[in-house]
Amino acid sequence: MATVAETTNVWANELLLNGCQAVAQGVKLANVDVIAAYPIRPYTEVMDQLSKLIADGEFDSEYIVADSEHSQFEIVKHASSVGARAFGGSSGTGWMYGFEALVVAATDRLPPLFVVGNRALDDPGAFGVEHNDALALRDMGWLLCWASTAQEALEHVLIGYRIAEDNRVLMPMALAMDGAFLTHSQHMIKVPTQEAVNTFLPPFNLGKRVLHPDNPVSIAPQVNEDWVMELRRQNWEAARRARTVIPEVYKSFNDLFGPRYANPFFDEFMCEDAEVVLVGLGAVAMPARTAVRRLREQGKKAGYVNLRWFRPFPTEQLRATLGRMKGVGIIDRNFAMGSPDNGGIVVQDIRSCLYPLTKRPVVTDFIGGLGGRDMSIADCVRMFEITFDAAAGQQRDELVTWIGLRE
Amino acid sequence: MATQLPVIDYEKIKKVHDAPLEEFYTSGHRTCQGCESAMVMRDFAKAAGPRTVVTGATGCMYVANTSYLTTPWIVPWMHTQLGAGGSSAVGMAAGLRALMRKGRIPKEKINVINFSGDLGAGDMGIGGISGALQTDYDLLVIMYDNESAANTDIQATGSTTYGAQTTFTPPGSKHRIMQRRWKKNVAAMLAVGHPTCRYVATASATFPALDFMNKTRKALSIGGPTFIHTFDPCPKGWDFHPRYAHELGELGVKSGIFPLYEIIDGQVVYTYDARQKGRIPVREYLEKQGRFAHLIDEDVDYIQSMVDTMWNEWDIPGVAPFKAGLSVAG
Ligand SMILES: Cc1ncc(C[n+]2csc(CCOP(=O)(O)OP(=O)(O)O)c2C)c(N)n1
Ligand code: SF4
Ligand SMILES: [Mg+2]
Repeated sequence: MATVAETTNVWANELLLNGCQAVAQGVKLANVDVIAAYPIRPYTEVMDQLSKLIADGEFDSEYIVADSEHSQFEIVKHASSVGARAFGGSSGTGWMYGFEALVVAATDRLPPLFVVGNRALDDPGAFGVEHNDALALRDMGWLLCWASTAQEALEHVLIGYRIAEDNRVLMPMALAMDGAFLTHSQHMIKVPTQEAVNTFLPPFNLGKRVLHPDNPVSIAPQVNEDWVMELRRQNWEAARRARTVIPEVYKSFNDLFGPRYANPFFDEFMCEDAEVVLVGLGAVAMPARTAVRRLREQGKKAGYVNLRWFRPFPTEQLRATLGRMKGVGIIDRNFAMGSPDNGGIVVQDIRSCLYPLTKRPVVTDFIGGLGGRDMSIADCVRMFEITFDAAAGQQRDELVTWIGLRE
Repeated sequence: MATQLPVIDYEKIKKVHDAPLEEFYTSGHRTCQGCESAMVMRDFAKAAGPRTVVTGATGCMYVANTSYLTTPWIVPWMHTQLGAGGSSAVGMAAGLRALMRKGRIPKEKINVINFSGDLGAGDMGIGGISGALQTDYDLLVIMYDNESAANTDIQATGSTTYGAQTTFTPPGSKHRIMQRRWKKNVAAMLAVGHPTCRYVATASATFPALDFMNKTRKALSIGGPTFIHTFDPCPKGWDFHPRYAHELGELGVKSGIFPLYEIIDGQVVYTYDARQKGRIPVREYLEKQGRFAHLIDEDVDYIQSMVDTMWNEWDIPGVAPFKAGLSVAG
């Protein structure tokens, strides 16, 4: 059967855009009502673009230049509380500055969308990518996913609002993208038509919890030991329901725009018959896929898992895919100092996800690309080789390997 | 010739009997007896009426007011973070404006109000309130000032009176006075720094009667972002019998330690002009509160001299600590 994409034109045009510009197009198409901005590289250009679109009358939204990230995020949160579709974003240390507001956006069960242009945390100053900023949300009741291309970034503004605003979910959404590699590299981007987006993304309706004189509710009163457990459990249920809603939303996206996402939670590249895979988030997918092809040329059964959704964590799906492997190497573009084996953050979740399996792959961990250091094809090949060796039973002194470290 | 003040179109409450009977902040809270901050809540809600949305920052007026399932708020209310008073109001106002412009909710005037305590508004959230006062949204931030972080058990803030005992500033055998900071001048600071903000005022919930309700109405009517700083005797933190709460507010105003004024389009209007009406000695205000029990004459004299300077030497008495007219030598 022909998809809608084949029968009608759901794409308006194709433009040369970088990741920030692509996200701005998504925000415009989502007809966002309130935007609050504060500058920090590398995400800032999203906001530059949006202000220009508004200035030129291409898009109608409130646009507030905030006095700090804390204010920025609170503005976004409270705009959402009156039923407005709201947008914010940040990077690195700015993200951390507003963190209090991020936490309550989730416990208040509000669904604004934030873009995180991943950036190393201070000190020392560095503009380049590191995933610790966005990953700090991992226990906070947020939806958290990574785009690995600028096209995905645009599409995930739409997909993100649709999931976040679903009344079974109502969780804030963070869309992470690697600083520089994604935020500032240009690609040809297919921009959907407004009509197609309107079909895909219904207007935001906060329902019974909207703050409006016609609906005199009291939101987030003091509960103490009497109710916190039950309320946390509600957050938990929402995160659980999100696991069902996410595939539904991708299905309707695929139906409308063509079969773009075979697996909503992660992309599997040559994984079907693979014995060893690397798992990574974000733009490292590109060199990693090239490395897979090179290893395949040598007859090695390599594959790559581009992990898109980190929260909710796709436990069952990863068990099914990674459980088939002999070896799994995790690319952690982050650090978790003092954690088990002194590894990264992603490996902890993947290991514990695989632990209940009776037959478990050997899991190795890599820390690399910190502060924006390039992760080359050669680096990826090396990570594959180490993971193949580990899968073959080779013992290593250290369970975690730093890639690209000057020693 | 006196400058003509702009006419603010609002419904003035002239007599107590004219005040609306309807309450929008009612039973359900558990603030202390004699809590003047609770009066501020009741009065602003009454003055604003039902077409209002409110955020309340963390503090006594959150924790003591809004226990789950016993909310006193009849108008829609939401908690906001300690330093987020200004930004919460901006968020709500921006959201409502966008939704009305895009035709998703009916166009009407909805009052957007935040209240935050002296620590929340005057210290932590001052940047956010400054940001809010630079916008063109219709909103009102009320800083209810009980001169301490009352909710966390009475710690000193930037707005605590000099010399006061708090749990962070206890008198001791070596240091009689630990609270050595002079009270921050929040309302005037905000007025000075935000020339497009049309209305800033100070108020006491109960003195003069109806004044705070009328100031709330003026603030909500004049348009744009506005700010009111209220002076709220707190029996627990200030250590006095709840019966005297209103009286202490009155003494604070009459002694001149808490000046009452409005700044309307840059024009200062004294609500209680201590220069014309005369000031009672500050001692009469201080000696009724346990938090000043450790002060000796010298301390009281110092506070009196600071208050005298405020009224006698400042170019805008009681409001702004400037003295114009000096020329730079050389
Ligand atoms: C970010 C943050 N820091 C600290 C606290 C702890 N805290 C809760 S209420 C409060 C005191 C607030 O004082 P104020 O704003 O004057 O309000 P009051 O309690 O006096 O009514 C503090 C410090 C908090 N809730 N949030
Ligand atoms: S401690 Fe003070 S501010 Fe808090 S409820 Fe009691 S009287 Fe009111
Ligand atoms: Mg206080």
